Amino acid sequence: MVTKKNKGDKKDVIIHIQGLVTGFGSKIIHDHLDLDVYRGEVLGVVGGSGSGKSVLLRTIIGLNAPREGTIEVFGKRTGYAEGSRMRKLEVRWGILFQEGALFSSQTIAENIQVPLREYTSMSQELMDEIAAMKIALVGLPPDAGQKYPSELSGGMKKRAGLARALALDPELLFLDEPTSGLDPISANQFDELIAELQQSLGLTVFMVTHDLDSLSAVTDRIAVLVDKKIKTGTIDELRKDTTPWIHEYFSGPRGHAALAGSR
Amino acid sequence: MASIENAAEPDAWFKVERGVFTAGGRWTIAQSARLDQQLRGLETGSNEAIAMDASGIERLDSTGAWLLLRTRRALESAGRTVSGLKVPERYTSLLENLDRDDPARHAHPRGPHMSPWTYRLYRIGKATIQAGHQGWGILGYLGRVTVETGEMIAAPRKNLRFAAMMYQVEETGISALPIVGLLAFLIGVVLAYQGADQLRRFGAEIFTINLLGVGVLREIGGLITAIIVAGRSGSAFTAHLGSMRVNQEIDAMQTMGLNTVDTLVLPRIIGLVIALPLLTFYANIMALIGGAMMCYFDLGITIPVFLRQLNQAVDVSTLMVGLIKAPVFAFVIALVGCYEGFQVERNAASVGQLTTRSVVESVFLVIVLDAAFSIMFSVLGI
Repeated sequence: MVTKKNKGDKKDVIIHIQGLVTGFGSKIIHDHLDLDVYRGEVLGVVGGSGSGKSVLLRTIIGLNAPREGTIEVFGKRTGYAEGSRMRKLEVRWGILFQEGALFSSQTIAENIQVPLREYTSMSQELMDEIAAMKIALVGLPPDAGQKYPSELSGGMKKRAGLARALALDPELLFLDEPTSGLDPISANQFDELIAELQQSLGLTVFMVTHDLDSLSAVTDRIAVLVDKKIKTGTIDELRKDTTPWIHEYFSGPRGHAALAGSR
Repeated sequence: MASIENAAEPDAWFKVERGVFTAGGRWTIAQSARLDQQLRGLETGSNEAIAMDASGIERLDSTGAWLLLRTRRALESAGRTVSGLKVPERYTSLLENLDRDDPARHAHPRGPHMSPWTYRLYRIGKATIQAGHQGWGILGYLGRVTVETGEMIAAPRKNLRFAAMMYQVEETGISALPIVGLLAFLIGVVLAYQGADQLRRFGAEIFTINLLGVGVLREIGGLITAIIVAGRSGSAFTAHLGSMRVNQEIDAMQTMGLNTVDTLVLPRIIGLVIALPLLTFYANIMALIGGAMMCYFDLGITIPVFLRQLNQAVDVSTLMVGLIKAPVFAFVIALVGCYEGFQVERNAASVGQLTTRSVVESVFLVIVLDAAFSIMFSVLGI
């Protein structure tokens, strides 16, 4: 297991980012950014539109190549990792994309079985059982397994995407705006689901979000992308921060409402 | 195939001894395929009570937990009393979380079970009902288009999108000239060659021209053109309108009060109804040229002789019999193409599916209609 020490801290570091630089063309998105994610925590990543939240996520999981810097997940470098080494990492994390990114030509059960079929030698019977179990785990009705993604609502698609992300029982879960596009009730339920799964499965969660309610409900720590760098801290710490964007974010009317509601 | 099943990892194990089921090791997804097989082979045995002790487990994930729970259910349903399912404390919440689900929901993960024959019957029945709905839908659409066309004729200035219509004539007609011309020419060559080959045995080579003239003008020219256009433009209509639906463009048009039949469907239908007869005429000429060339090279029939014989073999009514069908084919192709385009759902697979369906349906209908025309003409004695 990974036992990287961080400034004398005893916690396991699962994601370790140092001096990350990314950009498109002449536009720099992250400028020497550092970030550590510890085992068993829920980290919320926030930032204004275009601040590079999704780019950061995509870079960590290897969909974008960084220009400079190192990213280590489970103590192994990603971003530059080639095929087979990357596969070994990929089976240890699960990703929920914004719109679910379910394969539209397959049923939900088949979607969940894609990684199982690829990486294990399970019998079809067991795969069916596991798919049904994951479908129940994310709170979908049992008949959802036979449905195609186009037959599901947005919230159900996200749950189905989460079930697929959890198919291989990953240790690390990446969520890209899990509650965007959901009504407040569904969003609350989704937050609760994530918190519950995180507890019972012992997951580490890296969550990109815009949703202040989610932040206060499920995250242990928050990373704010501002001025191409990142600032981390708990909600209470960040509320005292004087950086204009962060101050406005947490002290604006929405920030107040979300924090007042939960605390 | 890549695998997460690492043989080097310490194995998960379980055993049943003296009424106690003991499990230990790493009950994770990497071990699950092997554990699954062994657990399925587990003797449920006698009716005595059994205790489950999994407190020796080092690691447990949801797949492993599921296997434990499934085993307990299997033992219980075999009539044995199962007492306790001990797991290390850190995993109790996981187990509870999974166990809380109603077991019945896992009972039929594949839906109602059917034997292969029943399933086949089910598919046939489902397809029949679907075909019925489809036919009903197109009929309804035909009605709507007819009404809108009537309105357009009543007030052409207001409702006719002339520019859009001409654009469709260009797209479906003029752009199709090279491919239709080439294929018709080749069909003419093939037809003349095969006809000459057979008729030569009777010394009746000259009647190759009759075969060619009547065959092309009455049937083949129109049919080939319609099939090419169904594949070329019918599919384009479906794919274009379908993508517009996926993009919600059609929803936007409707909310702006634009009539989608007026703006999208009628220009396509009228455009094709104008273009297809012209294309058919052009295809007829090209096929005759191809046939004439073949006659010249293969049979030594010169062009003046060819023309004289053709003049005897066919008259204007032969040509008209072929051309009269073209607008009907065009109408059907455009109608089906547009109808299927509007059926597209908001996903990527749907566009492909419905485009396929549109081409298959319009080619099918063209051939059925052609047969119907043949019967009608023979009854009328034309």
